[in-house]
Amino acid sequence: MKGLSPQILGKKKKKMQGRDMSCCCAAAHAELTRGVLCPQPFFECEFSEILLCKNELHETLNNLSHWMKDEHVDKSLVTRLDLAFIRKDPYGVVLIIGPWNCPIHLLLVPLIGAIAAGNCVIIKPSEITKNSERLMAEGLPSYLDKDCSAVVAAGVEETTRLLENKFDYIFFTGSSAVGRIVMTAAAKQLTPVTLELGGKNPCYVSDSCDVQNVARRVAWGRFFNAGQICIAPNYVLCSAEMQEKLLPALHKAITEFYGPNPQESPDFGRIVGDRQFQRLQTLLRSGRVAIGGQTDEKDRYIAPTVLADVLPSDPAMQEEIFGPILPIVVVANMDEAIDFINSRERPLVVYAFSSDDKVVNQVLERTSSGGFCGNDTLMHVTLTSLPFGGIGNSGLGMHHGKFTFDTFTHHRGCLHRGMGREALHALRYPPYSQQKLGIVRVASEVKRKDACTLL
Amino acid sequence: MERMQEVVGRARAAFNSGRCRSLEFRMQQLKALERMVWEKEEEILAAIKADLHKSGHNAYSHEILGVLGELALAMDKLPSWAAPQPVKKNLLTMRDEAYVCLEPLGVVLIIGAWNYPFVLTMQPLIGAIAAGNAVVVKPSEISENTAQLVADLLPQYLDRELYPVVTGGVPETTELLTQRFDHILYTGNSTVGKIVMAAAAKHLTPVTLELGGKSPCYIDKDCDLAVACRRITWGKFMNCGQTCIAPDYIICDPSIQSKVVENIKATLQEFYGEDVKSSPDYERIVNKRHFKRILGLLEGQKVAHGGEADEASCFIAPTILTDVSPESKVMEEEIFGPVLPILTMKSVDEAIEFINRREKPLALYVFSNNKKLIKRVISETSSGGVTGNDVIMHFFLSTLPFGGVGNSGMGAYHGKHSFETFSHRRACLIKDLKMEGTNKLRYPPSSQKKVDWAKFFLLKRFNKGRVGLVILALLGIVAAVVIKMVYC
Repeated sequence: MKGLSPQILGKKKKKMQGRDMSCCCAAAHAELTRGVLCPQPFFECEFSEILLCKNELHETLNNLSHWMKDEHVDKSLVTRLDLAFIRKDPYGVVLIIGPWNCPIHLLLVPLIGAIAAGNCVIIKPSEITKNSERLMAEGLPSYLDKDCSAVVAAGVEETTRLLENKFDYIFFTGSSAVGRIVMTAAAKQLTPVTLELGGKNPCYVSDSCDVQNVARRVAWGRFFNAGQICIAPNYVLCSAEMQEKLLPALHKAITEFYGPNPQESPDFGRIVGDRQFQRLQTLLRSGRVAIGGQTDEKDRYIAPTVLADVLPSDPAMQEEIFGPILPIVVVANMDEAIDFINSRERPLVVYAFSSDDKVVNQVLERTSSGGFCGNDTLMHVTLTSLPFGGIGNSGLGMHHGKFTFDTFTHHRGCLHRGMGREALHALRYPPYSQQKLGIVRVASEVKRKDACTLL
Repeated sequence: MERMQEVVGRARAAFNSGRCRSLEFRMQQLKALERMVWEKEEEILAAIKADLHKSGHNAYSHEILGVLGELALAMDKLPSWAAPQPVKKNLLTMRDEAYVCLEPLGVVLIIGAWNYPFVLTMQPLIGAIAAGNAVVVKPSEISENTAQLVADLLPQYLDRELYPVVTGGVPETTELLTQRFDHILYTGNSTVGKIVMAAAAKHLTPVTLELGGKSPCYIDKDCDLAVACRRITWGKFMNCGQTCIAPDYIICDPSIQSKVVENIKATLQEFYGEDVKSSPDYERIVNKRHFKRILGLLEGQKVAHGGEADEASCFIAPTILTDVSPESKVMEEEIFGPVLPILTMKSVDEAIEFINRREKPLALYVFSNNKKLIKRVISETSSGGVTGNDVIMHFFLSTLPFGGVGNSGMGAYHGKHSFETFSHRRACLIKDLKMEGTNKLRYPPSSQKKVDWAKFFLLKRFNKGRVGLVILALLGIVAAVVIKMVYC
């Protein structure tokens, strides 16, 4: 890879990209149906790991030639006769570090954008999901160019060493703690980064809403992948009256989804590892267990659980849950809910449910978060035209759709002038005079549209 | 040192009060800034002159003009920049509202540089205010007169709590960097850039680093040498070479080297007269440390022109070096002074290879009558920005993003790019609490039928215009009804 100009590599890659990525998705799909991949329910796997990836792939393949084109920009008086454009250059060699919760999707989606932008890619899947790591390590090289991409299977120590190398871009998905380590390592080489982190995503439910619909949507979002997704509604904020209505509605939704014994449902996932399981068990000591609460260590099963009357000081409110536990924190009203949200770190997403549009808009306007979804959960990430990313502790940068391409592209400002009309440039050359300055002032002025020239 | 915590804390409290978010407030602050530049023009020019020995004309066209232009642009475009941007929807979100909201990040830190001390602090400030942030401004202590002036003037015109100015040197800046910001824009060198980014990493603060590097300038045999050399001379020796995008060194064919030297010499005569030192248009090196550093680069070099220096006034004459070796000291670091090395190479291939072996520069320049050659050099190299057949000028077009890549920096600003740099693009999807029927296909228990429906809704692309939208709508309604019948 060394010594080859990024542009030449980029052109090579674009030819192979489409066919290869489709084959890769097919491989993941095959693995999935053989049950090798992960203990994730089939539909959820298909939906998040395969369908959403295919969506990204199609979006990219359909639009790549347009995205790659030089973007011509408006010119000033002085540059009116020149060529002024933004050239989309690849960065070079990029590193993508994937997490364990959606091990295929969260690696492939950035990979698609990185390849589309013409970069060479080093892929570091999570060592926690061993099957997916193996799939990537064995599958990707058989579809992608071996010079332009490589998969590195590495644990914590090896990843630390990997980060000592110089990359031209690093894309990391994972926790804020490790995000800091990655950015500190990147700073040593002045490597730009995108960090897709997490946080506690609040979900405000107002008193005026269709309780059963809300319960279904919240339950779906919370218990998808057994709660192990960064955009899951992390906790509910509502009034005491709404809590009383929500609890039976949530119970009904959970039973509808997973039957009377979710442990037997093929549609309910498991916790990824023992360490995560034990961490989640301690979080159950918060508020009171209103629904679920059963656990089975051998199976790494935690039942879909709802905790009521949770206090801000309880264990479940101290960290991102990342499990099938939904705490409900009672607040007096919307203002208190907004203050509660704003007193904490900015999350990846804020959810608000209300049949009153004004309430939803108030929550949107008075809070800050990576993204926002009103009256539903998770769905904002299915639109490739919306940027996906965090703010503050929940991350920096964004991706999905064209935003991934832009993330991995250096936007290079180019001005291509002619050698003629030199007389016009005389104004800028020394020796300076009041007269020259006067002409320069007039020629460069950006007039305000409503400026009155008589005054 | 609690002062830093207090200053930043006050700015954050002021931001949280929400008063800097309304467009009216932002416009009012930008107007006040514009008034400041108009009313205090004399003082600003005097400060810059004291710091860099820069003539009023130079200071006006290099610094004040840029600030006024940026202000006018921001005030003109702010309503359209700040408006929510609707996005394309899919079948599943057809009935929903989907848009991107541009929101302020919070409290932004701007660390200015000494070489263009006014514009390099003001231009980012304008973008940060326009985007609705609170801003802590830290001008460079090396250009102390301008720093003090900015510290005096800003509180007289802008909201004092939202836009405080912090002065001081390394210890104060280090202390400031321990505080938490929501974005840091730093202009300066790569060494300090790394320190800034490492400090930012502790708080997961995004950064824009406007750094530097050695900007190469390739002169093709096939070009109007007189014009090329005049433009290069202008860009190289403005501000006494202390410009981050100055052409750092020239690469040309050995056969034209002496002509290049002759042309530059002739242009220098035109610009500054016989005695450069007495020209009011020629600046000085900012301080003794840099003066000594630049003189040190001349050791062992073939001086084709110039070389005179006077420590007392930090004067270094415009100097041209010929037949410079790539391994010499002058080719190791960014010169940032009025010394112009010429390296000879026999072909553009050699030049491209040479440029690519080194760190990516902030700017790249290529002079040629052959458009294809210029295109090739642009395509086969990487740099922050490019100007073909001129130097510096891409900086002045605010529709072009201005920033570096690799060692020369990350992120960009100017014009709308400033607004976007200091904004958070928040994805917003507002759905209806009704129409629950369509959601049923995603709820467990799952089935192959549900998977097939999911594929239909997610993977279908509809870009066929109005008629397509109508068909889409009908399809959606039909699908919703069918699903309701099947799954309810």
